[in-house]
Amino acid sequence: MIIRFQLDGSSMETDVEPGTSLLEALRGLGATSVKDGCSHGDCGTCAVLLDGRAVAACLLFAAQVDGSSIETVAGMAGEEGLHPLQSALLDAGAVQCGFCTPGILLTALELLKNNPDPDEVEVRQALAGNLCRCTGYVKIIEGVLLGADRLAGAEGGS
Amino acid sequence: MGKFTVVGTNERKVDGRALATGQPVFVGDIPPREGLLHLALLHSPHPHAVIRSINTSRAEALEGVALVLTHLNTPTVRYTTAGQGHPEPSPYDARVFDSKVRFVGDRVAAVAADSEEAARRACELIEVEYDILQPVLSLDEAMADGAPVIHDEDDALDVWAAERNCVSHMVASAGDVAVGFAECEGVVDVTCETQYAQHVPIENHIATTYLDEDDRLVIVSSTQVPFHVRRIIARVIDVPVHRIRVIKPRIGGGFGVKQEVLIEDLPALVTMRTGRPAVLEYDRAQEFVSARTRHPMRVRVKLGAKRDGILHAIEMEVWSNTGAYGTHGLTVLSNVGSKTLPLYNKAPHVKFWGEAYYTNLPVGGAYRGYGATQGYFALETAMDRLASELGIDALELRRRNHIRTGETSPIFAALGEGREGVEQTITSCELESCIDIGSDHIDWGAKRGLRHTDGDWVHGVGVSIHMQGSGIPLIDMGAASLKMNDDGSFNLSIGATDLGTGSDTILGQIAAEALGVPLEMIIVRSSDTDLTPFDVGAYASSTTYVSGMAVQRAAYDVADQIKTVAAEMLEVDANEVELTNERAGPPEGDSVSLVQVAHRSLYGVNQRQIGALASCVPELSPPPFLAAFVEVRVDVVTGKVEVVDFVAAVDCGTAINPQLAEGQVEGAVVNGIGYALMEEMIFDGKGRCRTTDLGRYKIPSISDVPPLEVVLVESFEPTGPMGAKSVSEIGINAPIPAIANAIHDATGIWLTETPFTAERVWRALNGHGS
Ligand code: FES
Ligand code: FES
Repeated sequence: MIIRFQLDGSSMETDVEPGTSLLEALRGLGATSVKDGCSHGDCGTCAVLLDGRAVAACLLFAAQVDGSSIETVAGMAGEEGLHPLQSALLDAGAVQCGFCTPGILLTALELLKNNPDPDEVEVRQALAGNLCRCTGYVKIIEGVLLGADRLAGAEGGS
Repeated sequence: MGKFTVVGTNERKVDGRALATGQPVFVGDIPPREGLLHLALLHSPHPHAVIRSINTSRAEALEGVALVLTHLNTPTVRYTTAGQGHPEPSPYDARVFDSKVRFVGDRVAAVAADSEEAARRACELIEVEYDILQPVLSLDEAMADGAPVIHDEDDALDVWAAERNCVSHMVASAGDVAVGFAECEGVVDVTCETQYAQHVPIENHIATTYLDEDDRLVIVSSTQVPFHVRRIIARVIDVPVHRIRVIKPRIGGGFGVKQEVLIEDLPALVTMRTGRPAVLEYDRAQEFVSARTRHPMRVRVKLGAKRDGILHAIEMEVWSNTGAYGTHGLTVLSNVGSKTLPLYNKAPHVKFWGEAYYTNLPVGGAYRGYGATQGYFALETAMDRLASELGIDALELRRRNHIRTGETSPIFAALGEGREGVEQTITSCELESCIDIGSDHIDWGAKRGLRHTDGDWVHGVGVSIHMQGSGIPLIDMGAASLKMNDDGSFNLSIGATDLGTGSDTILGQIAAEALGVPLEMIIVRSSDTDLTPFDVGAYASSTTYVSGMAVQRAAYDVADQIKTVAAEMLEVDANEVELTNERAGPPEGDSVSLVQVAHRSLYGVNQRQIGALASCVPELSPPPFLAAFVEVRVDVVTGKVEVVDFVAAVDCGTAINPQLAEGQVEGAVVNGIGYALMEEMIFDGKGRCRTTDLGRYKIPSISDVPPLEVVLVESFEPTGPMGAKSVSEIGINAPIPAIANAIHDATGIWLTETPFTAERVWRALNGHGS
């Protein structure tokens, strides 16, 4: 079946089999920033923002996103290069192998949209479904809190 | 100790931007090539069986299927998938496919087809008849008299005693433990068991192959050992090394499991036979069923001390379960002793004995900690028991016994990795400061023995101390090449493998420091067998120390060449020239920019390429040291254990990039907490793994992580690059013994089996054994 959706602001149209997951469809379209760590909804590496909400792309059928808007990390960075949350994670040392990073960035982005000034507990709650085997999470928490500060600062300044 | 500019700073990772913006840098992100074949595997459903017949005709007839591989049409050379240097210490007991299967998940056949779907469907059409053999499903069954022989083939090489399922055997000693124990006033004897666990890198194994424009085989793989992959695959598929190129792009974690040359042979064979590109990617279930694991072990430690608490005799016995194949069987076994026993060097009488056994269970492999993790559980809980026995504070007992700068241990020479070791004297050790800092942080003096309660929870604190190593002396090798460009930038090319650890970054920092330039002037390329010099790869905590020394040597060589040119230009003595801020010149007076130096050497007088190639084969393996302190609380009603606070103080010499060094320890500690409390592969009575997804095999999530503080206690290792030692493994050894000791402090029970699940703790609390 033919589905149409917005991917990082661009209109996409693609033909998918009914059983194709959104994850397979996106990676098939070249949106490889969306990672596959388990295909089963257990790891969070495939997170994308579906109409602003973080969802596991491996648990959705591609057909379900017909008419929706999807954001990935590939669309996060503005003209200047890096989104403040991306630079915050890098500055905090929260990126080791980086395989979990896209899912963490998008999940954290959703958190900060709803709650611009989260505390550590709220960061932990938001990221509870995003597994990372490299970092031990300490610097991920620091990175998200730093990102929140920077985003707040940027808004305060504008 | 020098003053550093780039070393010792938290530079952003050189690959950070690409990773954070989701660039296509992993193997699976590479756009599919025209004609790509997808591979699927048929695994054995039986733990122990002989393949009587295999019929692939229906699979071959399926539309889209290009090739079916089985033991009938693939090379029969015996090899090991261990991914080690040459000569390989692991036995040659495996084939690409064998007529015998030895665990549930062993390879039976592979299908290459136009789509993954077709390849999988074709696998289901393969008809296999098995003669089922009695399986061996535990260490005790493997060692039993008359046990079925798992490797009864006559062409396996270097198996210690196949007829009794014994893969490898290792002994080492100093003094005479029988005499030693007779002279002791306090003796404890502890036996501990550790479980099957998996590495769970978030990126699964993946390898893709194709023929390049010159018809050479290119293998792009998520591997920790690209040069070993090239050598081993060349032999297995009988293609000369010069016809193969191996590339490691970014990889999504390894922790040892990607040292294994696990899957590259199959797409390589498919590409060689069909001329078409091929890809094989494990799914998460295959990672559990058919990749590699940590070797489960039984470790017995007997410690004896005089009344003053000085250790006098240590005996360690190890029984390791290496699963169906002997990969890393010998070397992990040796490391149980070689990375633990030298820590307590006061004892003149030391004995190590170990054997590794085959079972019909998944295959053990390299896993961060590499045997030390299993050894420290027994050793460090035995230390606490000895402290109780002697009535000495557990911390004080360790202070009296641990190794210090200027000291040695007979075990360094007696026990290495699968063979004798190398004598060494400790040249840097800040373990005392680590203990001071950690015990202050946890408030040891106030909390130890206090058994503070809140509701049903009882609190306790525990300690453990550790050493690891920095590479394998006289075996490991790393090389680096460095050349200067017109604009004063440099190409650093290294065989070393960054598996997410940040090694590309810290190796770049070492070069930048030596050359007096910012990190952005170092263009780092790594892990491509065509383009970068040799390196054994990322294992045994070797990269910072071994590859780092190669980089330092190359960089100092290049620095000397720059100084010579600058001296000619400035008409000064080259010895006076220093490199700072991208300029060369004497500390006082005129200087020239590196751009001027580069221009002169490329386009002006005495034209030549400024550049160098350097290698390092270490003579020593200076250990990093770590002291871990943990506070836990135990729910005495349910047996649930929670970590309340964890501090790890670590001496890794100079931290080239403190943030990345901390990250290594944080990641290792959290992995170790998972191993201590929750991670366990569980098998049914037929050898089938029941924990094949991340819902059932739980690794720590962000909600499981306690407050965790890593403190880097700097020392300066005189033999290391810029004073550095390696640090990526040591942290994983600490949680099991430190938590076990804290649980004892809280409740008085000694746990001897991991993981410390609520059920196991409850049983121990209620007198049902551990
Ligand atoms: S890949 Fe979707 S949650 Fe793991
Ligand atoms: S950085 Fe490797 S999984 Fe998170």
